[in-house]
Amino acid sequence: MYPSRFRYEAPRSLNEAISLLHDGGDYAKVLAGGQSLVPLMKLRFASPQLVVDINNVPGLDYHQADPDGTLRIGALCRHADLERSGLLKTTQPTMAAAAPLIADPIVRNRGTLVGSLCHADPQGDWASVVLALGGSVVARGPRGTRAIPLADFVTGPFQNVLDPDEVAVEAVIPAAKGTRSGGYLKLERRVGDFATIGVAVAIETGGEAVTRAGIALPGVGGSTIAATAAAEALTGRPLTPDTIGQAAELATQAARPRTDHRGSAEYKRHMVRTFVLRLLSRADAAPDRAERAA
Amino acid sequence: MTTIVYEDHEGQAEGRDVPVRRIKFTVNGEKKIAEVEPRLLLAHLIRRGLGLTGTHMGCDTTNCGACTVLVDGRPVKSCTMLAVQVDGREISTVEGLATASELHPLQEGFKEEHGLQCGFCTPGMMMAAKALLDENPDPTEEDVRWALSGNLCRCTGYQNIVKSVLWAAAKLRSESASSESDPNPQVERRRLSTAG
Repeated sequence: MYPSRFRYEAPRSLNEAISLLHDGGDYAKVLAGGQSLVPLMKLRFASPQLVVDINNVPGLDYHQADPDGTLRIGALCRHADLERSGLLKTTQPTMAAAAPLIADPIVRNRGTLVGSLCHADPQGDWASVVLALGGSVVARGPRGTRAIPLADFVTGPFQNVLDPDEVAVEAVIPAAKGTRSGGYLKLERRVGDFATIGVAVAIETGGEAVTRAGIALPGVGGSTIAATAAAEALTGRPLTPDTIGQAAELATQAARPRTDHRGSAEYKRHMVRTFVLRLLSRADAAPDRAERAA
Repeated sequence: MTTIVYEDHEGQAEGRDVPVRRIKFTVNGEKKIAEVEPRLLLAHLIRRGLGLTGTHMGCDTTNCGACTVLVDGRPVKSCTMLAVQVDGREISTVEGLATASELHPLQEGFKEEHGLQCGFCTPGMMMAAKALLDENPDPTEEDVRWALSGNLCRCTGYQNIVKSVLWAAAKLRSESASSESDPNPQVERRRLSTAG
């Protein structure tokens, strides 16, 4: 399979990339890791006339914490960089748990977190993690820079709010106000498959009580679902079997799974409940490897 | 230096102004220059442009890993990268593993441990395994399974592939441990669990 013909540009600065996109007409695409865009172009679901490859733009491969703990992930930070990150292991349990579960190890060498957010696949792992953490995407264009909360960034399956001449330059995860815990569990038939279901849980606690909670679910609806009622049920209360059970029930109600080749809607709903219970009940937040269907 | 001019693959270039880009790169240590259309995939540059058909095209959908090559030492699926993107980079393919007279320990391992049946997935398996062993010379069985989890094999059930990589790791370690060449190294055999 070959992509349709396109004009290819590999700018060496962000400004150059933005002006190429600005002048490039209606159908230009930014190429970062290419692990979603290239397959889409090969299948001709996407046929951009201009591809702006940002891989030669220096200084975008970072992930680093500001002094206040805000985490910034550059547009060329690969999944593999996050998988190996000591910073994530010590400060970001939900992200550290998700990184090794993205696609497969080879795809992780190319694919990027920011690209995954832009791709806005309802089954994408990172979107649920960033949603649970209350993160945002920073876009830069000819009219300046803006930060867009992920909840507003994704508008539907494979759709985001970026203007055609904007580049998503980084993802931002706000600093924790309490002690951070949580995790990510993904039910997948085999490595590299999309999530049958997934659950991202991000908890902050101060003393006994939960000060902030985020629960998000990939793979159980037309877009990544924020289980806000479940998160609210935890906020201001301690994690007890009662509050955990209540949150799991509310998260299960928020899921809108469909029966397909990966499983029945009932099974998927059951697994959402199981994973929420498991993640919230777990004392430690060690990164998990995949939970696979037998 | 070798120059390759890659013709338009659908024969539509004649009479049309198809823009090509000149790229310079290294394949298995040899410097190359190629003129490529931007939509050419790396796998096609390697197989058709360079004639290195050891890199296999399996699924063409980023799943199977048969087309895995190393770009600057890291494994990538060459069906999912544009050829223009390797400008200035170093590519390693399965053809670069052996020397004229000697198999690479990974190739020996696949032979010794019966790590292949039809052989289609083997080049990708070996390149993914090479990247693992370059980074981690003493992997556990779990490490090997994890590193190869993006490569599909429909024949072996993976057991012997894992054994092959562990065999190669042991051989490479014994080679680097003793500078004197031992023609028959004591290869550490690891008990493999049957857990999938």
